[in-house]
Amino acid sequence: MQSRFDSARKRFIAFVLLGWILLLISDRVGELRNYQGAFVAMYSLAIACLILLTGYSGQLSLGQGALMAVGGYSAALTATKLSWHPVVALIMAVLVAGLFGLIIGFAVARLSGPYLSGTTLALAIALPSLANTFPSLGAEEGIIFDVGKAPTRFGEAFSQYKWFFWISALAALISIWLIANLLASKFGRNWKAIRDNQTAAALSGLNPGRLKVTAFAISSAFSGLAGALLVMLISAVSPSAFPLSLSFLILTGAVVTGVYNLRGVVFGALVLVVIPEIADAVVTSLGGSERLTSTLPGFLVSLLLILAVLFTPNGPGHLIHFRKKNTKK
Amino acid sequence: MTLVVNDLTVDHGSIRAVSSVSFTVPTGQLATIIGANGAGKTTLLRALSGLIQPKSGSATWQSNSILNQPPERLARAGILHVADGKSVIAELSVKENLSLPTLWQRDKKSAKSSLDSVFQIFPRLAERINQNAGTLSGGERQMLAIGRAIVAKPKLLLLDEPSLGLAPLIVEQIFQTIKRLQTEMKLTVVLVEQNAMSALKIADEGIVLNLGKVVAVDSAQKLLNDPAVKAAYLGF
Amino acid sequence: MKLFDTFLTGLSTGSIYSLMSIALVLVWRSTRVINFAQAGQAVLSTYVGYEIIVRTNSFWFGLIAAMIAGAAIGALIDFFFMRALFKRVKSGPIVLVAPVVATLGLLGIIQAITGFIWGLDNKSITPPVTTGGFTIGDRTLPFGPLNLLIVVAVTVSLLILAIIFQRTNIGLSLRASAFSPEISKLSGIKVDAIRTFGWALSGAAGGLAGILFVSNSALNPNAMDVLLVFGFVSAVIGGLDSLIGAVAGGFVLGMAINFAVAYIDTQMIFPTTFLILILVLLLKPSGLFSRSKGRRD
Ligand SMILES: Nc1ncnc2c1ncn2[C@@H]1O[C@H](COP(=O)(O)OP(=O)(O)OP(=O)(O)O)[C@@H](O)[C@H]1O
Ligand SMILES: [Mg+2]
Repeated sequence: MQSRFDSARKRFIAFVLLGWILLLISDRVGELRNYQGAFVAMYSLAIACLILLTGYSGQLSLGQGALMAVGGYSAALTATKLSWHPVVALIMAVLVAGLFGLIIGFAVARLSGPYLSGTTLALAIALPSLANTFPSLGAEEGIIFDVGKAPTRFGEAFSQYKWFFWISALAALISIWLIANLLASKFGRNWKAIRDNQTAAALSGLNPGRLKVTAFAISSAFSGLAGALLVMLISAVSPSAFPLSLSFLILTGAVVTGVYNLRGVVFGALVLVVIPEIADAVVTSLGGSERLTSTLPGFLVSLLLILAVLFTPNGPGHLIHFRKKNTKK
Repeated sequence: MTLVVNDLTVDHGSIRAVSSVSFTVPTGQLATIIGANGAGKTTLLRALSGLIQPKSGSATWQSNSILNQPPERLARAGILHVADGKSVIAELSVKENLSLPTLWQRDKKSAKSSLDSVFQIFPRLAERINQNAGTLSGGERQMLAIGRAIVAKPKLLLLDEPSLGLAPLIVEQIFQTIKRLQTEMKLTVVLVEQNAMSALKIADEGIVLNLGKVVAVDSAQKLLNDPAVKAAYLGF
Repeated sequence: MKLFDTFLTGLSTGSIYSLMSIALVLVWRSTRVINFAQAGQAVLSTYVGYEIIVRTNSFWFGLIAAMIAGAAIGALIDFFFMRALFKRVKSGPIVLVAPVVATLGLLGIIQAITGFIWGLDNKSITPPVTTGGFTIGDRTLPFGPLNLLIVVAVTVSLLILAIIFQRTNIGLSLRASAFSPEISKLSGIKVDAIRTFGWALSGAAGGLAGILFVSNSALNPNAMDVLLVFGFVSAVIGGLDSLIGAVAGGFVLGMAINFAVAYIDTQMIFPTTFLILILVLLLKPSGLFSRSKGRRD
């Protein structure tokens, strides 16, 4: 008991320190880096949600983008249509996406493996396109989501991008801290138990169905927040903000991080932001063609994904050997 | 011309399932490996048929090493493993199950004749030829599993607990068939069993395994009468 | 009349979905992998077919080339990539994620390469028959020679597949290896080689689906993405393990989408897809044609 309390306290201190360092850094770097930093924070949160859902509760989702879309739309609608405060909009994103996840979770809790992947994949392509059928959702043009300028007390020099970064980083830090605590708690252990052997877990008194639904709802709630942050960063929400490739990108980040451990989320998110930059640099140094420009980032991300599963299947620097009794056919 | 296992060690990750096991089965003999649950019997057989890679040691059949070879190659060379738990493919018919080993045989005529000989040994299978294997009774499934091995023209037969979950009468029947196969087809048989009493009665030789180690090797007759072995490992 | 028209278009869409669905089921049965790379394999095969059509002016040569290319690509992927993957990733919870991630990565690589070679712009393939509809009296149906060609080509290839699976030795080996690799190996079947053959069959089916699909629309590196999703959903509806299920799933989805578009709204394609899928899975959590449940727990 004592030691768990200690580790929770350590975690809290680590997060506060991390936040402090981030704020210091944001003062020292340029606009673009702040903007990119905001994306890293947003991706980190989205990846953490997928790790909770897939790495812990064993539900492989290919539709994180859909959950993010729910959050994105909720935030934009709350802020623009209801004209409520942006912070309320962000909270609204969490609540609505969580509720949505709860409902979807109930529907998919019985599904296993590819059936679940198939359903979430279909969700990822179906949901954003639904927006096109309802005029109130803004169709292709979408809805504006403006969090406004930074408070004047931060000074004149405080730029919009820095403000984005602060909001994004703070939201992500708090959420990931909550998720980390959750994963270290009884919930995390129970999720792992149903992931590794559902039958055994059920026999030992756990309720796999309920645990799965809970995981789905929580993952969805925070994914919704990530979606709202994404929408904030690109100023408006529309179906094209949540393409299928977004879901795959999050999955890539999670795999590069190591799906079974939260520790590397920032690294995974960083990779997602850095790769297009590297690709750009390579293309310019090669004096590259338009074709190269348009295909190289995809190539690099995919290559990385493959190398990651082949060489560090359980995440970099985290080569746990997990044994499972070979299922006898 | 024998099965020679020498100093064989097999691990499952960090668990040592078989440690330094050595024994010899002369051609044409029926040896039974007995031991409690988790003694490492299945693991030993799986290593001999190529399904898992051992950690160290050697095993030769007719002077050729059989370790670390793909199971399908060993099967084609006449080393047939009938896995535990009535190893049949439930979704395929009886006929299809039996024809699996003929798919790769060049000589179609002899494939046909070995199929016929299986029906002679197990007439019940002939009556159920078009039925799905999943709908067979436990005893029939075990017959089918052994029959499938026979179609492949075995020289060395590795049987893993053929008596598992069967009524005593059926067990008796299956064991008599195994004995018949050994003598009529001149097979070398390794019979893994929990049902030590029945197994030792038909076996020439017995090997007692405990916690991955060989604790006794002797003629089946002697083991049956050895009070120490009886008390410690045979439970009667 | 509208009912009949919609049915006809549903028939031709459904048959292409079926083919893609079959391509996915073939690999799933033999390897237990949902092969997302199939969208890339199909696109690459179709580009090969396209090059042949441009050079020989014959659609049929192109079609055959696409199928051969598809088979070769499928076999190569299994032989050089999937085998290595399964050697490395054997146990632990990663087993759940690794194949999905690996094939998604492969998809990205193939698409990047095709994009680099052929560019991102649309290419078109001229079908061997007119794309217009048949006319009955003064009415033009939304179903013409090209649709007929598609339905016939798909039906023929399904029949060939059925014969391979039910009547040939290699078909029995394929089924046995799918149901129980271990028993098959112990019976002397070279399961690895059979598996590669399954990938080749699947690749050929994907190549055919690709060239038929594109002859009705346009070819670019992402042309098969949607088809992959529809094929996957069809396969899931059908129960993943069953070829008949794959075909049924393809037609169910094809019909549902066409009816939803005709009677509700053109934007309903994807929402309908999701709705049909979730409805089927709520009734039968492992699809319409799934066999004895829990077989490989
Ligand atoms: N795939 C595996 N992974 C990890 N441990 C295993 C595996 N298979 C077997 N073991 C362990 O190895 C030991 C030997 O198991 P094995 O199945 O060989 O025993 P057995 O003698 O056949 O038992 P039984 O009579 O119950 O069939 C056991 O402790 C078992 O838990
Ligand atoms: Mg055993």
